[in-house]
Amino acid sequence: MPELNLTSAPAHLRHGSNIGQPLTRRDGILKVRGQATYAADNHPPGMLFAVMAVSSIARGRVTSLDVTAAKCHPGVVDVMTPDHKPPLAIDPEIKTNPFVFRMEVLQSNEVRYANQPIAVVIAETLEVATEGAVLLAPRYETLPALVGLDAGESFVPPVVGVGNPTENHRGDVEAGLALAEKHIEAVYETPPQYHNAMEPHAIVAAWDGDSLQLDMPTQGLMLSLARVAELFGIAHDKIHIRSPFLGGGFGSKGFMAGPQVLGVMAAKLVRKPVKLVLRREQMYGPVGHRAPTRQRLRIGTDGEGRLTALDHHARTVSSTFDDFYEPAADASRTLYAAPAIRTSHDAVRVNTGTPLFMRAPGEATGSIALESAIDEMAWACGIDPLAFRLKNYAEVEPMTGKPFSSKALRACYEQGAARFGWSKRSLQPRRMRDDSGLLVGWGMGTATFPALMFQAEARAAIRRDGRGAMEIGAHDMGQGAWTALAQIAADAVGLDIDRVEFKAGTSDLPDAGIAGGSAHTATAGAAIHSAGAAVIAKLADLATGDERSPLFGAGNAGVIARDGRLIRRDDESRSESYAEILARAGVAEVEARGTGAPNPAAMEEYAMHAHGAVFAEVKVDPELGQIRVTRMVGAFAAGRIVNPHLVKSQLFGGMIWGMSFALHEEAITDRRSGRIMNANLGEYHIPVNADVPPLDVITVEEHDPHVNALGIKGVGEIGITGSAGAVANAVWHATGVRVRRFPIRIEELLK
Amino acid sequence: MKPFDYVRPATVAEAVAAAAQPGATYLAAGTNLLDLMKGGVSRPDRLVDLTHLEGLDAIERLADGGLRIGALVSNADLAHDPEFAKSYPVVAEALLSGASAQLRNAATVGGNLLQRTRCAYFYDTASRCNKRDAGSGCDARGGENRTHAVLGWSENCIATHPSDFCVPLVALGAIVEIEGKNGRREIALDELHRLPGDTPERDSALEHGDLIVAVRLPPAARGFAAHARYLKVRERTSYAFAMVSAAAALRIENGKISEARLALGGVAAKPWRARAAEDVLRGVAPTADVFQEAAWRALTDAKPSGDNAFKIALARRIVVRALTLAAAGTPARMPALPASPFASTSGAIHA
Ligand SMILES: Cc1cc2nc3c(=O)[nH]c(=O)nc-3n(C[C@H](O)[C@H](O)[C@H](O)COP(=O)(O)OP(=O)(O)OC[C@H]3O[C@@H](n4cnc5c(N)ncnc54)[C@H](O)[C@@H]3O)c2cc1C
Ligand code: SF4
Repeated sequence: MPELNLTSAPAHLRHGSNIGQPLTRRDGILKVRGQATYAADNHPPGMLFAVMAVSSIARGRVTSLDVTAAKCHPGVVDVMTPDHKPPLAIDPEIKTNPFVFRMEVLQSNEVRYANQPIAVVIAETLEVATEGAVLLAPRYETLPALVGLDAGESFVPPVVGVGNPTENHRGDVEAGLALAEKHIEAVYETPPQYHNAMEPHAIVAAWDGDSLQLDMPTQGLMLSLARVAELFGIAHDKIHIRSPFLGGGFGSKGFMAGPQVLGVMAAKLVRKPVKLVLRREQMYGPVGHRAPTRQRLRIGTDGEGRLTALDHHARTVSSTFDDFYEPAADASRTLYAAPAIRTSHDAVRVNTGTPLFMRAPGEATGSIALESAIDEMAWACGIDPLAFRLKNYAEVEPMTGKPFSSKALRACYEQGAARFGWSKRSLQPRRMRDDSGLLVGWGMGTATFPALMFQAEARAAIRRDGRGAMEIGAHDMGQGAWTALAQIAADAVGLDIDRVEFKAGTSDLPDAGIAGGSAHTATAGAAIHSAGAAVIAKLADLATGDERSPLFGAGNAGVIARDGRLIRRDDESRSESYAEILARAGVAEVEARGTGAPNPAAMEEYAMHAHGAVFAEVKVDPELGQIRVTRMVGAFAAGRIVNPHLVKSQLFGGMIWGMSFALHEEAITDRRSGRIMNANLGEYHIPVNADVPPLDVITVEEHDPHVNALGIKGVGEIGITGSAGAVANAVWHATGVRVRRFPIRIEELLK
Repeated sequence: MKPFDYVRPATVAEAVAAAAQPGATYLAAGTNLLDLMKGGVSRPDRLVDLTHLEGLDAIERLADGGLRIGALVSNADLAHDPEFAKSYPVVAEALLSGASAQLRNAATVGGNLLQRTRCAYFYDTASRCNKRDAGSGCDARGGENRTHAVLGWSENCIATHPSDFCVPLVALGAIVEIEGKNGRREIALDELHRLPGDTPERDSALEHGDLIVAVRLPPAARGFAAHARYLKVRERTSYAFAMVSAAAALRIENGKISEARLALGGVAAKPWRARAAEDVLRGVAPTADVFQEAAWRALTDAKPSGDNAFKIALARRIVVRALTLAAAGTPARMPALPASPFASTSGAIHA
């Protein structure tokens, strides 16, 4: 077992017995057997079913609903409408903090986007409620919908993403371009995309007086709880949310969504437990999506192929009633060493549900454009795309000039390229064919994602029987929190993983922060780590201060915790088990809390990002234009790898999503009505098994003493970035046709 | 869901009687019908479940050398029947390129023939659609229509028929056996599906209550087994409808094509038999030039119905390729990716 050297780790902890092990998911058997209880699997006694009626227009007003017809349908219990609903404690239009998004909870009959909830039918069965919703036969006053990236006057939003400045610059981009020996200008478009988690948003709500029990998938237990508390005017401790498993979230389950609030309202209205589950097509509206973008890149280089300027402008859309701006251009702030860089954004308002974070928000959209443009620039310079990237390797973060806390990107390039066989690539496009005459193309992209940290708290305990406990309201979205965080917990208290009772997934546990921004393992892990250290310190106090203990006088830092024992650092033959220490002290358990949080000083000093390099091979039928990805290699450096098995799965998933971005995913919006015409998994294409080639993931060793106590950077999102561009660049290399509108369609290659 | 009657007849006669009343619909595996019901596109009053009918699940070799396939045979069972796959490889390949393994296990022969169009506006009850609601209009025109028809469409409807199975069947001259209120009759598959004209609400030549009991392949259909391929271009490798597809079947004797069969999928409201192209191919050597000529003939009447002009060019190329593949010979084993351009088992395409 390797000894791990941790900077801010208290000296008595030894790591490595659990962290770093490729454990399979501890919840895997439950899931395979169908015993893992997802929100919609709950059926409290007396439960009724709620079904939303949603708007079929994108803009206007509901003028009538046939409530009588619905109510007459046998089994319908009630119909919730703007005229008949329980009151809320605050206006849902009020943004009480920047992480509160406006939602439609029947506050008016205005329609702001297609698939907006306009009524809720509550009935004894799902089938009855479903038919009740049809019988409402809504009528509308329809206004022309605002659709697409040119829908109206553009404006410059105040911020993009989460409070990022809309514009950034360093150096003089125009001067840099004027000076350039070579330059390119290109416009790329990315479509609206929907999270499409396998598990739809669902809620089972049960009121008991003014107490509320909620089963719902959430990536943010405490944020959801706070939102419910303010909307219904009840105290936090009256609400209990259970979210042990999510069938994916990808950002769409970070905040309490309107439909989930409607479920709580419905339960209040009928005074019975209510279940509300979104239909697949209802997920294309009220629960967020990735906004479309149009991105213009202008790049210049000197005679040697060194960047002189990089200008990245992104147009995006937000809803007509709230603000979220896909920070696509920000991708250009951190990756390539240009003396002059500008990133900027503008937007138009359209009739859609408000866009939201979706796996690698900004990074994914920005990356496919930037990586394509870098590829175009490399070709314009006649330089191999990898050599070009190395020539413009950023030794410090270009936009800020800060050093990186760690950056093993060079190793990623090297190891990825070697595994892929990149050196055999022809510089010219359309030069490679396989035995059956198919065009072969090789492309690459650089991956990057910021290493973020949020705030979290955890509670640790060591018990008289020598076992440990760790409690944290963490979220398992399928990424494997039940396993990875338990591994960290086990090391934190110096026990084998099976001797630690690990609790997560409910709102009565300490706040683990939001499971987003690829920061959950780092944030929750840091809290667990510190809670473990604190509880061990308490235990050590009991022992080292007691003259009956073999550890007496060793001092708090003079012991290490391992395998359920405290051991004298200077004399390993002297040790005592946790059980012995507690028994002698006559204490049932020792308990302590710990926190995880960003370190502002380190953030001030360092730029913190994970990196990677993705290489893709595609084959294209020269006449028919059909594309197939045949190989992908991704090499990623993301700090400490807590569980290589789970990390690979995350990176595989990201790479597949990247390929999906380049070749498949698109919400097809009717240009007139603003409605999405493929709101189902048959027609909203994502890759199927037959599309996914052998994937090869290399995790490149990277030691980062600055990001957090455990040196974890996060791997949830980075896999998409780089991959999408790599596939797009491979298509160009195969065909010589540069497609700048994504997903790449067959017709573009037929020209 | 709207309440409906559900009946489960045991015999064909009972089924036809049960379906006589207005609002009654046959239910086979339901892979299409149930989706339509869930979306409110179909709102039948009565479902007549066919899955317990006796005697419709057999694949029978007929005395005259033809083959009779019961309407309830599943798509998967048919495709994997070794004798069938050997005699009609192009049909097996088309079947295996459709939907997903799970759907093929369920979907039936009759249901596949009568599946409805995938036009998104047809599925979306808030859109105007002449096929769903006669006379209401067609929102696909001027909408998102890059996958719509390029042949045989009318101002009233530009939808396509999505079946893969039907494409080689129509090429091989399949016959449909129908049981109706006036007894048994049969029609050529080519006459089953209707072009939209002024009445796009009528998909097929069937009358209300008509039951498909079997599909028959005539004796001659067996003669193409050595040179028959299905090729399907789609937007992902599996689980996607054809953008354009083609079935090509040739009889080659002494270096010349003695008979050719060609049909296109994804281009019209019916599987499109390209007889003019077949004529070009008869009696000549299988050369690239002839295939080009056939491709032009097959699409002479094609015109875009929206943002889909590319489908015409694509269809021509697919015809050429399908003919080239067919001429090269049916592979001994079903390709791992049936009907895919990536299924190529020889290096012959770009000699
Ligand atoms: C996601 C998805 C992808 C698909 N992809 C493809 C594809 O790539 N290629 C392809 O070809 N197909 C595809 N399909 C369609 C699939 O092939 C059809 O749904 C299936 O063949 C229908 O058969 P079924 O037995 O389920 O019919 P049902 O759904 O039961 O019935 C369909 C229709 O036929 C009628 N009917 C059924 N049997 C008879 C009969 N014996 N006599 C009279 N009327 C009858 C029913 O009344 C109904 O109107 C796809 C389907 C889905 C859902
Ligand atoms: S093309 Fe046909 S099916 Fe589609 S909307 Fe128009 S009428 Fe309906």
